[in-house]
Amino acid sequence: MEVETASKTIRFKLNGQACSIASNPVTRTSDVLREELGLTGTKVGCDAGDCGACTILIDGEQRFACLTAAGQLEGCDVQTVEGLAKDGKLSPLQQAFHRYGAAQCGICTPGMLMAAQSLLNVKPSPSREEVEDALGGVLCRCTGYSKIVAAVLEASGTETQELPADADSGFGSRTRKVDGEPKLLGTEIYGADTAPDDSLWMRVVRSPHPRATFVLPSPEKIIEENPGLMRILTWQDVPGNNGFGIYPHIKDQPVLAKDQVRYRGEAVAALIGDRKSIEAVTDDDLGIEWVPQDAIESYESALEGKISPVQEIHEDNLLARGFLKKGDAESVYEQSLIKAQGSWETSYVEHAYIEPEAGYAVKRGQRLELFVSTQTPYMDRDEVAQVLGIGPDQVRIIPSAVGGGFGGKLDCSVQPLLAVAAWILEKPIRCTFTRPESLASSTKRHPAKMKASASCDKDGSLTSLSFEGDFNTGAYASWGPTVADRVPIHCSGPYFVPNILAKTRALLTNGPPSGAFRGFGVPQSAIAHEALMDSLAEQTGIDQLEFRLKNALRKGQKTGSGQLLENSVGQAECLEALQSRWQEWRKASEEFNNHSEIIKRGVGIGCCWYGCGNTSMSNPSTMRVGINSEGTITLYNGAMDIGQGANTIMIQICAEALGLPASSFQFIMGDTDLTADAGKTSASRQAFVSGRASQLAGEHLRTQIIHLAEAEEDANLRLDGRTLWVQDKNGEHSILLSDLLPRTNGDVLVGEGTFDPPTTKLDENGQGSPYATYGFGAHIAEVEVDLKLGTTRVLRLAAAHDVGKTVNPTQVEGQIQGGVAQGLGMALMEEYVQGVTENLHDYLIPTVGDMPDIEILLIEDPEPLGPFGAKGIGEHALIPTAPAILGGIRQATGVSIHRIPATPDRVLQAIQQKGMQA
Amino acid sequence: MFSYHRPASTEEALSILSREPCVPLAGGTDFYPARVGKPIQENVMDLTGIRSLRGIEERAEGIWMGALTTWTDVMHADLPEAFQGLQQASRTIGGVQTQNAGTLCGNLCNASPAADSVPNLMALEAQVELESVRGSRRLDLQEFILGNRKTAKADDELVTGLLIPKPSANAFGAFEKLGARKYLVISIVMTGVVAEWNEDQRIGKIRIAVGSCSEKSIRLEKLEKECEGKRMDQIRIRTEHLENLSPIDDIRAKADFRLEVVSELILRAVRQTS
Ligand SMILES: Cc1cc2nc3c(=O)[nH]c(=O)nc-3n(C[C@@H](O)[C@@H](O)[C@H](O)COP(=O)(O)OP(=O)(O)OC[C@H]3O[C@@H](n4cnc5c(N)ncnc54)[C@H](O)[C@@H]3O)c2cc1C
Ligand code: FES
Ligand code: FES
Repeated sequence: MEVETASKTIRFKLNGQACSIASNPVTRTSDVLREELGLTGTKVGCDAGDCGACTILIDGEQRFACLTAAGQLEGCDVQTVEGLAKDGKLSPLQQAFHRYGAAQCGICTPGMLMAAQSLLNVKPSPSREEVEDALGGVLCRCTGYSKIVAAVLEASGTETQELPADADSGFGSRTRKVDGEPKLLGTEIYGADTAPDDSLWMRVVRSPHPRATFVLPSPEKIIEENPGLMRILTWQDVPGNNGFGIYPHIKDQPVLAKDQVRYRGEAVAALIGDRKSIEAVTDDDLGIEWVPQDAIESYESALEGKISPVQEIHEDNLLARGFLKKGDAESVYEQSLIKAQGSWETSYVEHAYIEPEAGYAVKRGQRLELFVSTQTPYMDRDEVAQVLGIGPDQVRIIPSAVGGGFGGKLDCSVQPLLAVAAWILEKPIRCTFTRPESLASSTKRHPAKMKASASCDKDGSLTSLSFEGDFNTGAYASWGPTVADRVPIHCSGPYFVPNILAKTRALLTNGPPSGAFRGFGVPQSAIAHEALMDSLAEQTGIDQLEFRLKNALRKGQKTGSGQLLENSVGQAECLEALQSRWQEWRKASEEFNNHSEIIKRGVGIGCCWYGCGNTSMSNPSTMRVGINSEGTITLYNGAMDIGQGANTIMIQICAEALGLPASSFQFIMGDTDLTADAGKTSASRQAFVSGRASQLAGEHLRTQIIHLAEAEEDANLRLDGRTLWVQDKNGEHSILLSDLLPRTNGDVLVGEGTFDPPTTKLDENGQGSPYATYGFGAHIAEVEVDLKLGTTRVLRLAAAHDVGKTVNPTQVEGQIQGGVAQGLGMALMEEYVQGVTENLHDYLIPTVGDMPDIEILLIEDPEPLGPFGAKGIGEHALIPTAPAILGGIRQATGVSIHRIPATPDRVLQAIQQKGMQA
Repeated sequence: MFSYHRPASTEEALSILSREPCVPLAGGTDFYPARVGKPIQENVMDLTGIRSLRGIEERAEGIWMGALTTWTDVMHADLPEAFQGLQQASRTIGGVQTQNAGTLCGNLCNASPAADSVPNLMALEAQVELESVRGSRRLDLQEFILGNRKTAKADDELVTGLLIPKPSANAFGAFEKLGARKYLVISIVMTGVVAEWNEDQRIGKIRIAVGSCSEKSIRLEKLEKECEGKRMDQIRIRTEHLENLSPIDDIRAKADFRLEVVSELILRAVRQTS
């Protein structure tokens, strides 16, 4: 059955050089560049024209490499990202990207650079609008586009902003990303960018039904008919436990389903062979006999018990519950004169990292090596080990650069499948998910159905808040229990509320597993508490910002879980920082509305708080730093950089503690053979937890150096080739590094630091100290609603966040801008429906044209436990955005939106319903 | 083995097509997205080598747009005001990459209910030029597009171009599209209008077409008649004007929402032309 188009000689110019290839002329140019010419700088995020990651220039025009037939290159001048730099020097555009921190994960960067370059070639000084038009076809999920647009404008010389020179790479400086250059050059290696030459490919066969039983016929005949197809793996091939999952005691998701599937996209078999053959054998060819079954697709049907449960062991489809009780919210609410209540529903939200899941596995002796795009190498190691039935020390995870994660690459995707295939075939095996496969199979943000009520006294002091939330956790546990636990703690918002009652449930359904997505359920619940705040403020006649300020949590107060907040509580400062803009913006929108009938503006506000680190659980991080006889300092960084910049800030922190410049550092990231376990990149914990561990590691190394030199504690260190100079008030001491005995990895001196943030268990009422520190923040957003079409545009947004202490302002801003973009998407357009939105043109995320101007105000109330006062920001940044936008819609139209996202049809319907009532 | 042809002339292409069935390929912006994760196992006739099919010309019968004319070509062409709607639509297609590669004729042949060229070309009363070794024919757009992904094109035929009757000097075109984001957005509803305005600010002739509200874009002839002779503030759109529309519920919006907003979009488009 293996038939394809005859290859043809195609001649073209590639990055200035004549190039001649013999290829199948209908092959996508992206494939030719990546697989045949080895130019993996051109990225593939969808193969469908939806993401723009593959943008290249053909005869100077930007084109999708994934939609261009190789045969069409004949005689053309083709430019890829690899051709931008000259003599190893970054082009002006690349330099601007580097200075602005415009590349976070970097997976969209080659496409962005090429799209921007095509504009700059013909328009050296474009306007912002022209820049947006030029970048409109490239999606970025990390940056919120702000820094990208700024970088292009800067490169063009029309809008120059002062940037301090990078001479300072210390703590608190805007030092450039230590891993920035390869991302800009297109040389960074992501999950799909490399594999041993003799690798076989794997394609996973997945369920087309949300629920079904099935029989997989014996594969011998198909294998016989397709010489390039070597093996079809099924559940029987899994050598260890055919189950995986986040919790050590819940391994409920099969690596390969045995005889029933519980969601559309569940893996049932894996085809191994050469790439063409595994793609050519269709799912239909396998002759799987599917018997579709009634699926549980709503909260109601999960609770009714009419359809047999999703998982036999959870008869009532109840995976987990969360509970918190402080005081007596119910009776206080009853007796209260000023109250508000409401219900809200949110949707499945997809992470939509631009890099699909990818990697390769290879068996080396009795060990398995897995190269993979991941947020959590150590959890992957342990997971793969139990699936193979071997010890964790027999598994080595080598993380690739990660093209975006946002929580979605905490769960296993390709890992167990690749491991099984490589282990039993004893051949290197690679796999890259297609975009539809990534969308169908990967975890999502939990859809939530929430009811909440709150009361205050006539002065506007909150007296009670009650929250009930059902979270659709999909077919398998993933992070469901975490969401059920985290929400009750946070659902009262960053406010002092004397009486709280919170109940959550994680319900199993036949939907995709809901997992971790920036905020673990807290962004959903924030929509509820912020709408309640607006309503109470209105009833008391107090301004919405002032109302929040009045109730903001402050030092010396106790949280809902009874935790005394002693340090680093910057909520009030965040609100105060926004006060003048808030008043100005509200006034401006009122004035606008006086003269506008159909287009109405409004300004809304949202607040957040979020505990950094795992909930009531030990979550230690260990960092190592070594210096070798050559004078090279290496940070062995187990904290995955998924674009947020861990590689850079860990070095900044460690350098500060050690007293040597960050520029003398190199790093190794995440390799489980070379680094120590720094825990996962989630829960906004790396800057805080691993940051502190980096500080301790730096201090530990410093202590050894001081000791060796017999110098004073406050001595200055200086590195000069192989000599380490230590100067104190008694003079300068030298340590010749080459005289010292090498220890591990050739390092002669090694510092190590471990930090585990102190927390306590929660009691049956959810009382305790679940987190060592919290981050706080507030956003205000001005929106514009078209009353006749229901469309909403966010015009500007200001974000204030208490980050403890800023390690790197560029990176913190990038986190906030990116968080705002995801919050905006969640508020206005993002809704995953299985079987329906399985590509990036039906599943919409914000483009460059959808983003408002974002102003950022950093508040620093230092956290004594954090590295030099710092704490997390990753998830905080997203939480207040949707509430602020929804508040803006309310202000503009007078209607409240209770079903998220607020798509044009929902907004218009709400407007009309109100009109009918009036 | 499958074949791949990239002929340099229309004649050559037609002659190959008369012998062997091939899928025509132009900008590939519909062709490849329909084949994600699948091997390409079909004969392909790549049209992009046929230079004579790219370009916009004024001919005796009207304005001719070759089959390889891209969205970008249209956007930058110096065209009469009646083409404003088509040019506005070109700017809303995907991003620049899509506009640089995608062709209007590919958009027609793909015949998606959300194809943005269609309402505009209908309002311009464009005809589709089809050729095969058997001869050539011209079809009105309404006759060419039969339904969702269905056209009147025979397997051995190619669309070689579009012919648009020369609009009168007082004809203006406009396009309105509703989507849920700025770039890379498929129409929830869209409308193309070409109107001739008389000196007394009354509508002379008007053509109104609506897309994404039925299996294929359609002209609202009752409404067109109603508008003739009216000033902007006298135009009222009533349910009966929209009776031929049969929108569906999908992920982008509910059917009744489409009906709800289509009138507003039409009014805005007509206003733009005034
Ligand atoms: C990211 C993205 C965004 C998009 N956004 C929009 C949008 O907003 N609005 C919209 O309307 N469309 C949109 N599209 C689709 C649009 O780009 C296509 O419809 C395009 O115009 C098709 O032209 P093409 O040259 O790329 O066609 P191809 O993909 O090459 O071909 C399309 C079909 O037409 C046939 N065909 C092409 N030319 C001929 C011919 N001359 N004779 C006979 N058959 C032919 C092909 O066989 C194929 O079946 C988008 C596409 C992408 C990838
Ligand atoms: S890979 Fe080409 S557009 Fe996404
Ligand atoms: S930096 Fe743009 S997608 Fe990550």
